[in-house]
Amino acid sequence: MAEIGFILNGSPVRVSVTSPTQTLLDWLRTERGLTGTKEGCNEGDCGACTVMVTDADGTRVLNACLLFLPQIHGRAVRTVEGLTGPAGEMHPLQQAMIAHHASQCGFCTPGFVMSLAAAQINGRTDHDDLLAGNLCRCTGYAPIIRAAEAVAGTPAPDWVKDAPAECGPAPFAPTSADELAAWYESHPDAVLIAGATDVGLWVTKHLRDLPEVAFLHACRDLQRIEAVPEGFRIGAGVTIAALRAAMAGPHPAFAGLLRRFASEQVRAAATLGGNIANGSPIGDAAPALIAMGARLGLRKGDVRREIALEDFFLDYGRQDRAKGEFVAWVTLPAEAPGLACYKLSKRFDQDISAVCGCFNMTLEGSIITSARIAFGGMAGVPKRARAVEAALEGRPFTREVIEAAVPALAVDFTPIDDMRASARYRLEAAGNMLVRYLLERTGAKVDVLEVTP
Amino acid sequence: MSVALPLPHDSARLHVTGAARYVDDLALPANTLHLAFGLSTVAHGEILSMDLSAVRASKGVVAVWTARDLPFANDVSPSAHDEPLLATDRVHYVGQPVFLVAAESHLAARRAARKGRIAYRELPAILTVDAALAADSRFEGGPVIWSRGDAEAAIAAAPHVIEGRLDIGGQEHFYLEGQAALALPAEGGVVVHASSQHPTEIQHKVAEAIGLPMNAVRVEMRRMGGGFGGKESQGNALAVACALMARAFGRPAKMRYDRDDDMVITGKRHDFRIEYRAGVDTEGRILGIAFRQFARCGWSQDLSLPVCDRAMLHADNAYHLAHIRIESHRLRTNTQSATAFRGFGGPQGMLGIERVMDHVAHALGLDPLAVRRSNFYAERPDPCGAGVAADAAAGAAAETAVSRPRTMDPPRRATARVTENGAPGPQTTPYHQPVEDFILHALTARLEQTSDFHARREAIADWNARQPVLKRGIALTPVKFGISFTLTHLNQAGALVHVYQDGSIHLNHGGTEMGQGLHRKVAQVAAAAFGVEVDAVAISATDTGKVPNTSATAASSGSDLNGMAVKAACDTIRARMAEHLAAEHQTVAADVRFEAGRVFVGGAEMSFAEAAARCHQGRVSLSSTGFYATPKLSWDRKAGRGRPFYYFAYGAAVSEVVIDTLTGENRILRADILHDCGRSLNPAIDIGQIEGGYVQGAGWLTMEELVWDRTGRLRTHAPSTYKIPACSDRPRIFNVALWDGANREETIYRSKAVGEPPLMLGISVFSALAAACAACGPHFPDLRAPATPEAVLAAVNRARGGKRDRERRQA
Repeated sequence: MAEIGFILNGSPVRVSVTSPTQTLLDWLRTERGLTGTKEGCNEGDCGACTVMVTDADGTRVLNACLLFLPQIHGRAVRTVEGLTGPAGEMHPLQQAMIAHHASQCGFCTPGFVMSLAAAQINGRTDHDDLLAGNLCRCTGYAPIIRAAEAVAGTPAPDWVKDAPAECGPAPFAPTSADELAAWYESHPDAVLIAGATDVGLWVTKHLRDLPEVAFLHACRDLQRIEAVPEGFRIGAGVTIAALRAAMAGPHPAFAGLLRRFASEQVRAAATLGGNIANGSPIGDAAPALIAMGARLGLRKGDVRREIALEDFFLDYGRQDRAKGEFVAWVTLPAEAPGLACYKLSKRFDQDISAVCGCFNMTLEGSIITSARIAFGGMAGVPKRARAVEAALEGRPFTREVIEAAVPALAVDFTPIDDMRASARYRLEAAGNMLVRYLLERTGAKVDVLEVTP
Repeated sequence: MSVALPLPHDSARLHVTGAARYVDDLALPANTLHLAFGLSTVAHGEILSMDLSAVRASKGVVAVWTARDLPFANDVSPSAHDEPLLATDRVHYVGQPVFLVAAESHLAARRAARKGRIAYRELPAILTVDAALAADSRFEGGPVIWSRGDAEAAIAAAPHVIEGRLDIGGQEHFYLEGQAALALPAEGGVVVHASSQHPTEIQHKVAEAIGLPMNAVRVEMRRMGGGFGGKESQGNALAVACALMARAFGRPAKMRYDRDDDMVITGKRHDFRIEYRAGVDTEGRILGIAFRQFARCGWSQDLSLPVCDRAMLHADNAYHLAHIRIESHRLRTNTQSATAFRGFGGPQGMLGIERVMDHVAHALGLDPLAVRRSNFYAERPDPCGAGVAADAAAGAAAETAVSRPRTMDPPRRATARVTENGAPGPQTTPYHQPVEDFILHALTARLEQTSDFHARREAIADWNARQPVLKRGIALTPVKFGISFTLTHLNQAGALVHVYQDGSIHLNHGGTEMGQGLHRKVAQVAAAAFGVEVDAVAISATDTGKVPNTSATAASSGSDLNGMAVKAACDTIRARMAEHLAAEHQTVAADVRFEAGRVFVGGAEMSFAEAAARCHQGRVSLSSTGFYATPKLSWDRKAGRGRPFYYFAYGAAVSEVVIDTLTGENRILRADILHDCGRSLNPAIDIGQIEGGYVQGAGWLTMEELVWDRTGRLRTHAPSTYKIPACSDRPRIFNVALWDGANREETIYRSKAVGEPPLMLGISVFSALAAACAACGPHFPDLRAPATPEAVLAAVNRARGGKRDRERRQA
C-alpha cells in the first residue's frame, strides 16, 4: 500500500494505491463517479477514455485505460467534467461541438473534446494527427473537424490550464538510471513499466498479475536526447512524441514514420526503450533505426554495453538482454539522407504495420556504395535484408538492379499469413517498396497521402 | 414551425460535457453482482465434461451457472428459438457462452470466467461458403428463389453475356459503447436497463427466462452509444443473464462485455459471395440476369432470413431488370451468428448489381455511368401522382425538384409499362412492386453537375496517363433503398403524450435513441402539433411500461413510425383542447389555432400554458396514446411478390480515390453526395446521418476486414486488429446536399427515412477504387471487398494480366 498525490480537475487529491496496476480509468469511473471518461476498448485504441495530463513537460492527452495510478503521481489530470468553467459555463470547444452537430451517440465525444481541448492549449491544429487515436463510428468525423476548426487559433480558457503538483517522490518509481540499475539488478524478475502502452494490456486484456513493478517515468536522466560524436544518444525513456519532435529536423523520414506510430495518446506515453525492449517483430522504431545503423545501449548494475540494434533481436520473443539488464539508450547517426521509411497497414493512422520497410542507401555517382535495409512484419523479429543489401551494393542505382535484387527478399524472409496480410502480399509489397525507393529518389510521385483532389 | 429546423441533438450538451449517462454509467447499489460468460474455445464440439471448480474458487465469485441451472427457458433467440443463453450439449462457435459467472466485481467475474476447464469432443467445423454448400448446411432447407420473366432465355438471346463472382466481407458494428445490461430486483419482477434497440424483445426474453409474464418486467433504455443493428438482438443474452441472477440472489446484476469479448461473442454483418450472369445488349442494357447469393449466417438463425430477403430485394438497386432470377443460400456455419447491421442485407445485394454495372461497362468499353443510366427505372410518367396531389404544398415542391436541370442525355422513358386501361404505368421491381417515386434521373443529373463529374473524370484520365505509380479513380453510384420492415406486422408504433397544466409536454414513444437524433425529430413533431418551441417538449427514456409492444428501432423506421404515432397522440389532445376552448369562446374547434406558443380561439388569444390550464380546469384529458401502422403494405415473402416497401429513399454519391499500384494503399480524396430525405424533419441531423453512413459504408468496403483462422477463431477481435475509419480517412472534400423534394407518400411531414440508405453511398468508393485499378491495364480487375491494400494490389495485378505478363511486357 502506498499513497500517491495528484491534481484532479483543479483540486489536489491523495489516493491509497492498493494495486499498482489499477488503471486511472477504473479509478475515475468506479471510485470517483466521474463517468464522463468512457471505456470503449480498454486497450488504448479508441480514445473514449482520453484525459488531459499536465506535468513539467507540459499538457498532453493520454488514454486513462492504459495509465496506472502510480504514473500520475505529481501530475495534474483533467477529465471532461473539469472542462466546465467556474461559473458552470461550457468550454468554447464544447459549444462548437454542439453548434456543428459533432456528437451523435455521444460515447466517443468526451474523448474528442479532451483531445481538442489539449490541442488548443498547445496551439496545435494538425487535427488528423492529433485525433487519430479517437475513433467515432457515427459522424464520419466531418462535423468534429468543423468544430475543431471553429475554435482553432483561439486561446484556451484559463480554467483548463493546469500546473503539476508538488507531491514528493513517487512510489514504485526510481528517480535515476543509477537507482533503477541497482534496484533492477537485485529484483531481476520485476516488470519495468515505462509508458504502459504495452504492459497495460497484460493487465487489462490478459488479466495477468504482475510481479514486482517499477515505473520509469521518474528517471529523468533516461529521457534526454543528447548530441554525441556519433550523432544522437536517445535515452530509453524518451517518448515517441518527444523523439518525433527531435527527429523532424535531422531525420525527417524517421519523424514521418513516427507520425504514423500509434496515436497521439500512445505516442505521448510510449517510450523508445519500451518499443525496443518488448522485442515486437512489428514495432515501428526498430526497422528505421536498424537501417540507420543505430546501436543499442544496455545496462545491468554498473555494467554498460552497446551492440548493433539488429543484434538485440535474437528470435521471436527472445532478446539479447540478461536478467536484471535494461535498455538504456540508443545511439544513432547525425544524418542519414538516404533514409526512407514505408509503413504498410490497412489503415494509415494508428494501425500496426503489415510490413514496415526502411531503406538507407548511399550513392556515389550512380553506384550504391552502401545499402542498409530493414523490415518489420517480415520475420519473427525486426530484421535486416542482408541478401538484398548484398545484391545492391557496388551496383548502379537503376530499375534493373533493383528488380534483380527483389528475389533476394525471399532469401532473407519467410513471412507468415496473419490477420494483417498474407505472406505472399508481404513479400510482393516488400519488393515493390524497393522499387518505390528508387522511383521516389528519382522524382516520381509515390505517396497517396500527398495527392490532393 | 419546429419541423424542418436544423436543431442540435437533444443530448448534445450532455454528450460534450460527459453528463450523458449510458448503462455502464448508472450508479450501482453496493451489493451489485457483476457477470461474465465463460466461452467456448472450439468452433464445433460436444461438451464431454466441465470442470468449473477453479472458477468457483476464484476470488470474489458468488455463483457459477451452466445451462442446467437455468430455471426456465434457455433461449435468447429473436426468431427460431435456436439460440440458448448457455450451451447445452454442444458448442457451435468459438466464443459461444457456455457458463455464467456472477462475482463481486467486473474484474473478478472476467478473471474467473477464464478458469473453466471444458473437455470437448471436437466435431468438423463448417467455416466457409464452400464447406457449408458441401455439407448442405443451411437454414430454410434449400435456397430461396425468386424470379420474374425468363432470365435464362433472355441471357441466352443476349448479344453479350457477362459473368463473375464477388466476395464481400462482413463488418463489425464497433459501436463505441459495448453491450451492457443491468437488472434491478423489483417487487414482483425485475427492472432492466439495457443498451438495446429493442426493449420489448428484451422484456419478452427476460420474462420467459424468469418464468413471469411480460407485465413483471419493465425495460428502460435511455440511450445507446451506437447501435447500427448490433443491438437489435445481440443484447438479449446480457439482459437475460442479469435478470436471472437478480432473481436468484435478490441483488442487482450487471453485465458488460469487454471489447474483445463483445467482438468474439456477438454477430456481425453477413459476408456474402455473389455470383452473377447477365445478358446485355451493345449499350449495356441488361436483358436478363441471374444472381446467386450465398450468405454465411453463422450458427443460429437470428435475423438471417429477413437479412437475406433484403439482399434479394436490393439485387435490382436502381435498375429495371425485366428478366431476373435470384437464388439465395442462407448457410449455417460455425461462426458468430451474423445479425442486423445498417442496411440489413441491402448493401450486399446492392453491391452485387453495382459490380455488374462496372463489369458490363468494362467488358463493353462503355462509360459506367451511361450503363447505369440506361438501366435506370423509368421516371414515373406522372410525377404528380395521387399521393403528392393530396398535399398541395409538397406537390409543388416535388415539381420544383424534378424540374431542376436535367441530364445530359434525356432520361429513358420508352420502356414504361402500359397498364390495362392503356395509360402508361410504372415499371416494377423484380418482386412486382411498382416503382412510383423514381427520381434518380434528375438526382444523378444534378449531382453530375454539382460535382463537375465529367470534367474531373477527364482530368483524372490525363493524370493517370502521366503517373507511373499512383492512379486515381472516380465513380458515381446511385442508391434506391426500400423503406419498411419486410416482416409487415413490425410496421407499427405507439406513443404516449402528456400535456401538463403548465403547458409543458412530456412524451414517450417506442423508438430508441442510439445517436441518430430520433428523440429530437420526434420532439419537433410534437412541438409542431402544439405550435410550441421544441424546448417545451421533454422525452424520457424508452420504457416498456409507457409504450408497450414496440418494434425494434431498426429498418430506418424510427422517425417514420414513431413520429406518426406521436403526431396521432398530439392531434388527439389538440382536438380535445380545441373543442373545449372553442366551446368556452362560443366558436368552433376549426377556428382554434396553435401557433408560436400561443393559442388563438376565435378573436381571443392566450399562451399555450394558459390554454392547458383552462383545459385542465375544464376537466379535459390532456394525455393520450397514439398509434400508427404503415399503410399499403402487402408482402408474400415465399412467393417474392407484393409491396414490402411503403416507398423508396434515394441518393447518389461521387467518390474520387487514389491508389498506389506498388502497395495497394488507397485513399478517398473527395466525395460529393446528393441524398433524398424527402421533406427533411431536421436537415442537420439528416446530413449527419449521411456523412456518417457514407464513411461507415466506405469503411466496410475498404479497411474493415474480419479474419477467421482455420480453427474458426476470429483473429480481428479488437480495434488493434480491426480497423474502422479514423479521422484522416474521411474525404478531404466532403460535399453533402439534400435533394429538395417531398415524399409522395403521406409520411410524417413528407419526410423520408435516413438511417440506413446513406451507408450504401459508400459503394461509390468501391466502384472508384475498381476504376483506379482498371486504369492499370486492359483486364477486368475483379476487385474483392473489402478493398484492403492487399486486395487492391491483387486487382492491379489482374488488370495488368498477372505479374508474369507484366514482366514479359517489361522485358
